[in-house]
Amino acid sequence: MKSTLDHATLAEEFNKDEERVDWHDGALWWIRQKRDRSANQTPQWEELREAASAIKSNVISNLHDYLIQFEENLKKNGVKVYWATDAEEHNQIVYSILKEKEIKQMVKSKSMLTEECQLNEYLEDRGIEVINSDLGEYIQQIDNEPPSHIVLPCIHKRKEEIGELFHEHLGTEKGLSDPTLLTRVARKHLSNVFLTRRAALTGVNFAVAETGEYVVCTNEGNADMGAHLSEVQIASMGLEKIIPERKHLGVFLRLLARSAIGQPITIYSSHYKKPRAGQEMHLILVDKGRSDLLARPDFRDSLKCIKCGACMNTCPVYRKSGGLSYHNTISGPIGAILAPNLDMKQHADLPFASTLCGSCTNVCPVKIPIHEQLYKWRQEIVKLGYSANRKTFSMKAMALTLSSPEIYSTAGKTGRWLLNNVPFAINNKFNPWYKQRDMPDSSQQSFGEWYAKNGSKK
Amino acid sequence: MKIGLFIPCYVNQLYPNAAIATLELLQKLGTDVTYPAKQTCCGQPMANSGYEHLSQSCNDLFIENFSAFDYIVAPSASCVLHIKDHLHSHANEAAATEIRGKIYELVEFLTDVLKIEKLDANFPHKVGIHQSCHGLRGLHLAQMSELVAPDFSKPRHLLNMVNGIELTELDRVDECCGFGGLFCIAEEAVSVKMGKDRITDHTKHGAEYITSPDLSCLMHLEGILLRNKSKVKIIHIAEILNSSPTKA
Repeated sequence: MKSTLDHATLAEEFNKDEERVDWHDGALWWIRQKRDRSANQTPQWEELREAASAIKSNVISNLHDYLIQFEENLKKNGVKVYWATDAEEHNQIVYSILKEKEIKQMVKSKSMLTEECQLNEYLEDRGIEVINSDLGEYIQQIDNEPPSHIVLPCIHKRKEEIGELFHEHLGTEKGLSDPTLLTRVARKHLSNVFLTRRAALTGVNFAVAETGEYVVCTNEGNADMGAHLSEVQIASMGLEKIIPERKHLGVFLRLLARSAIGQPITIYSSHYKKPRAGQEMHLILVDKGRSDLLARPDFRDSLKCIKCGACMNTCPVYRKSGGLSYHNTISGPIGAILAPNLDMKQHADLPFASTLCGSCTNVCPVKIPIHEQLYKWRQEIVKLGYSANRKTFSMKAMALTLSSPEIYSTAGKTGRWLLNNVPFAINNKFNPWYKQRDMPDSSQQSFGEWYAKNGSKK
Repeated sequence: MKIGLFIPCYVNQLYPNAAIATLELLQKLGTDVTYPAKQTCCGQPMANSGYEHLSQSCNDLFIENFSAFDYIVAPSASCVLHIKDHLHSHANEAAATEIRGKIYELVEFLTDVLKIEKLDANFPHKVGIHQSCHGLRGLHLAQMSELVAPDFSKPRHLLNMVNGIELTELDRVDECCGFGGLFCIAEEAVSVKMGKDRITDHTKHGAEYITSPDLSCLMHLEGILLRNKSKVKIIHIAEILNSSPTKA
């Protein structure tokens, strides 16, 4: 379900409950602080980021060759390989695999890609039940709401709200909100799911071209539970998840969990390589806009993303507007630079949902210049005509005035040009500036006027 | 050493005292400083809104006004960063490149070019420093909290030379204030919330003044302070550095 409201509107709605904003902001800031502590305890942290960025540069420059190498090795290992151009093709492939085995239920974990592809809805329409086994995603699925964060899918929900959901859907006692007890209830439900599902789908954190293995990082062990107990194991991955060699994991595994939540490493870093006897393994390589992104030199670095979510946790706009305000599976700063590549019209607002403060770029473990890309997306969006005509008109008027010292100084004298023309300063009650702010006293002479009188005397 | 003083549009019209303090301070330090009268703006309001392509005549005017100087100095980190990152010219790219290399924000000009080690100033108040994001992450006026790197702060270094001043702490040392140019209008709710939270962090630590090398952040914070009839004031760093050594 796609929202038609823009980020500013959804964020304003989120801000109606200030106490909730403070809580959300505080929870994510706490994670940012954990990330800082963890980074500071890691020798050569900045060098690690540099190395990770360089490895990924190599990957995106040689993606074709690495993908072919990866495919060859997968086949050698006995894994069936598929290529999907878009979400539809990806979903069809998953469905055909399940259909052939007459499987009606599947357990899924660790996959933002399948969220993007809306795989659950696709399969449910065809009579196949899917359960997300990551606790956060499970909660979001019960609530029929998309994830608000790529690593912490239900970070916007309070434990009391989760208790209420569990009461309604899983029959827990009303008012129960103790996280440990709630987790136990979920675990019990999920154990049964793991034991009865014949098919398990996971995402991929790192795909090693050299060996044809892939690595899935989780804290809950749910990806492993699903995969180990299944007779059909499916992995879906975006083309950019490749790393050249196994030794490069030493760089990425050190960065991923520290950047994400300030933890040295995820509890499970599971390597999958060959099917067990009697088991089938399938791997789907999904393009879904990646090769378009590769063809945009200004933006291709965003393919380096390892989906740690650090940019979200540090982003003050994200913290104070909530992930769902971004109306895209991947929210926050990284979502705002990935989404316009997929649908510029639908996501034209997202690159503007930022102050360009640059904190995202500084925490990014693969050094994507996120805030510079936000700036560049703004230029693209305007050039291609996805900006309101009214804004274009006022920008042209501003450009004209600012390029002519004569118009500018006349306008300045006749009642402070700025107060009548610069959008944040326009002095009337319809201007959003004045909803919660005033303007400084503007009755004094301008510096230019003062300098004309006094400047030369000094 | 000939210095061209660049006073950004909104500083010129709304904060003349900060501009005067900048001029006086540079004069006190013995530099030859001139304000070219025909200047307007760096073009950032258009460019950050996605209309960089409309800012060419603004850029050409900037080059015309400032090419002749050895250095260009401005009391606004954000505008300086914009020039450094985005000033180009179809007609004369060589001149644009030269300008990008010789423009300085006031604080970095004092610490990196003039390398001043003492100041004759007195400001007996509790002051909190607001790190403008463009000054911090763009111009590297101080160490950024996200990086694992040695700590330093050019604004703090200068403020520590002022008599009587007491610098107050912050829980979040370099969080954005939420101004963000047109963001402050387009995303009013989030912008104001960010500003309010910055102010709370300063007031909780006892700041009487919030200072910064960037008036755009301060204008936004002042807007919120004025609306809430707060006693806390904003002040540009130049006004503190230029404060009279005798008067309290």
